[in-house]
Amino acid sequence: MSDTHAQSVAFVRESAIPQQPAPASAVGPVKWLRENLFATVPNAVLTIFSLYVLYFVLSSTLPWILNGVWDANSLAECREILQGTSGACFAVLTERWPQLIFGFKYPSTEYWRPALAFAFMLLAIAPVLFFDLPRKLLVFTILFPFVAYWLIWGGTIWISIFAMAGFAAAYVVYSRLVGQNFALGFFGGVAAAVIVWIIASYVVPAIAPEQPLLEAVPSRDLGGYMLNMMLGITCVSLSIPLGIALALGRQSSMPLIKWICVVFIEFVRGVPLITLLFVASVMLAYFFPPEQTVDLFLRVVIMITMFSAAYIAEVIRGGLAALPKGQYEAADSLGLDYAQAMRLIILPQALKISIPGIVNVAVGLFKDTTLVSVISMFDIIGMIRGPILASTDWNGVYWELLGFACLVFFVVCYSISQYSQWLERRLATDHR
Amino acid sequence: MKKSIILGALTIAGLAAGAAAAGTLDDVKARGKLNCGVTTGLAGFSAPNADGEWNGFDVAICRAVAAAVLGDSTAVEFVPTTGKTRFTALASGEIDLLARNTTWTLQRDVDLKFDFVGVNYYDGQGFIAPKELGVSSAKDLDGATVCIQTGTTTELNLADFFRANNISYEPVPIETNAEAIQQYLAGACDVYTTDASGLASTRATFEAPGDHALLPEIISKEPLGPLVRHGDNEWADIARWTLNALITAEELGVSSANVEEMATSTTNPEVARLLGTEGNLGEMLGLDADWAKRAIQTQGNYGEIFAKNIGEETPIGLARGLNAQWTDGGLLYSPPFR
Repeated sequence: MSDTHAQSVAFVRESAIPQQPAPASAVGPVKWLRENLFATVPNAVLTIFSLYVLYFVLSSTLPWILNGVWDANSLAECREILQGTSGACFAVLTERWPQLIFGFKYPSTEYWRPALAFAFMLLAIAPVLFFDLPRKLLVFTILFPFVAYWLIWGGTIWISIFAMAGFAAAYVVYSRLVGQNFALGFFGGVAAAVIVWIIASYVVPAIAPEQPLLEAVPSRDLGGYMLNMMLGITCVSLSIPLGIALALGRQSSMPLIKWICVVFIEFVRGVPLITLLFVASVMLAYFFPPEQTVDLFLRVVIMITMFSAAYIAEVIRGGLAALPKGQYEAADSLGLDYAQAMRLIILPQALKISIPGIVNVAVGLFKDTTLVSVISMFDIIGMIRGPILASTDWNGVYWELLGFACLVFFVVCYSISQYSQWLERRLATDHR
Repeated sequence: MKKSIILGALTIAGLAAGAAAAGTLDDVKARGKLNCGVTTGLAGFSAPNADGEWNGFDVAICRAVAAAVLGDSTAVEFVPTTGKTRFTALASGEIDLLARNTTWTLQRDVDLKFDFVGVNYYDGQGFIAPKELGVSSAKDLDGATVCIQTGTTTELNLADFFRANNISYEPVPIETNAEAIQQYLAGACDVYTTDASGLASTRATFEAPGDHALLPEIISKEPLGPLVRHGDNEWADIARWTLNALITAEELGVSSANVEEMATSTTNPEVARLLGTEGNLGEMLGLDADWAKRAIQTQGNYGEIFAKNIGEETPIGLARGLNAQWTDGGLLYSPPFR
């Protein structure tokens, strides 16, 4: 059969054509460009427009950044070096670096102390954030606040030791008594701690050495980005447990506790943070004699913690409300008491739902710490707007300084946001 | 019944506060430090330098008082205050003296219950304009666009000035000084108006300060001075006469360089009384005889303080103008040391 056809058909392919490369428009960068940037006419227009905007922004900022001056002693000197060309004066960052980070009054020989505390802080929060790490590291986390206090404020180490002893006594009493009754354990623990601290208030001045190992630094001398970090970390770590307690209290069936929590949350949420800060810095000074005021740092920590705890409480209440009623009933049917049900069934789920909200509040709170500059505390913004811009050397440098402040805040806030996304993926047990 | 208890408690609290406030001098001496309120930073007037040391025109007043009272011009705890916190800080006793370029007004003196102890800088609202605009007087500004900070007294002063001179203008309202400068430099307005000292220090930060001129008209009165709480006249006297001592020292030619020599060899009886070699003025104030000498020695006289911090040799570059001695046609006129 094939023979007949061999003459009747003009051409017969006897072997397969070698594989051809795909057309240029269907592979590689061209395909990517076509699909992603120039798929339709409006897309192409938008792409070209975006490229133009990018060019416009970069062509004006990049030369300014790349041409920046890093070594000068004043703005005038910067301008002399630049000779009228456009360029940033980053020299202000190098010259005032310690002031931006530590404030202008922290003794310069002691900068290693907050720096060391910062390194410890990273170590201490690691086991809290990443729970795959060995649990034994938590011991360091528990010790950290006392060590950090001693490092940053200096003075006698006995304050830290007795503060720790108070908490230890509270824990011992609590764990003894909590078997009988939670309230008994709780108030017993508080009483034990208070007794230890009252004793300490008499003992510490007596045994404190004349020349402490670390020079004491008053709170008023703290400043710079260090102050933002300290306020942010302290307030976030205090306000999450307080927020949980408030959220549970608001759902409590005991009317007194419920109404205390409701009134607290609604009052604090209804007041601007700046008002609370003014109360902390200005009004409280009227109520105390001039020599015996509560430390300003402590006052501000209390106010910011109250503020963010109220918000976190509402976020967690949302998480609690999102749980199906069956979860509560399941806990009851297992015979768990209130504390066990909350700890083992309800809160792990409610907190997981609340993570994005809590992180949102934490990021907001961290940025809100810059508000303390209006009550004349010298955080990084206070340093920039006050002493640095007011010095005759650097009066007039705005972009470089505020851009730097943006950058340091962005680094921290973006890290928090990335961490929370990792945490959500890590805890996503339901969609597998 | 309850009401009377509360009232009684308030009275006792008030008495206690009054008693505490009555002895500011003793409090300061016992503490060994003067708590002095300053700005959080204003170029030339008060700002910490790269080493964290406070310097400036207002700061010098604090240091002079500390030198007079405590004998040590570094025994000052500088409490930075903002425009919002300054008065409460003083009223609550957190600070003993407020030297924060604060304008002396009736309301602050009477209603807020403070005592202004004098004027250390006579300021007023002025105009800055680019030289190429070619105006030499604010009265030439007919039809000009004017950058102005909203919500300030400068806004009202401006309206008054233009209405009084029957010329028209177009205001460009702006929120902050920094923003106003950017707008002015970008040419959004022909002139910018605010306190003259502020204009001068701002001009110093321009890339080409020589291209801009301050117009000669000053259209408002802004006497800036240190202040203390009402009700402690002894303390107010000390602050007032320390400031007067600095001013008198300049008038009499006593400076930080020659104060030692003047104290021993002067023949001028007023210099002798000022420096404590004659009479007992210091004792009357509750201080020792050398109080004014120490203040002058450490800070210099008024003229030296002015020249060092905000004078024409500094980047701020302010002329003495109204702040010259009365003998030079200015307003500085200290009562006699007698």
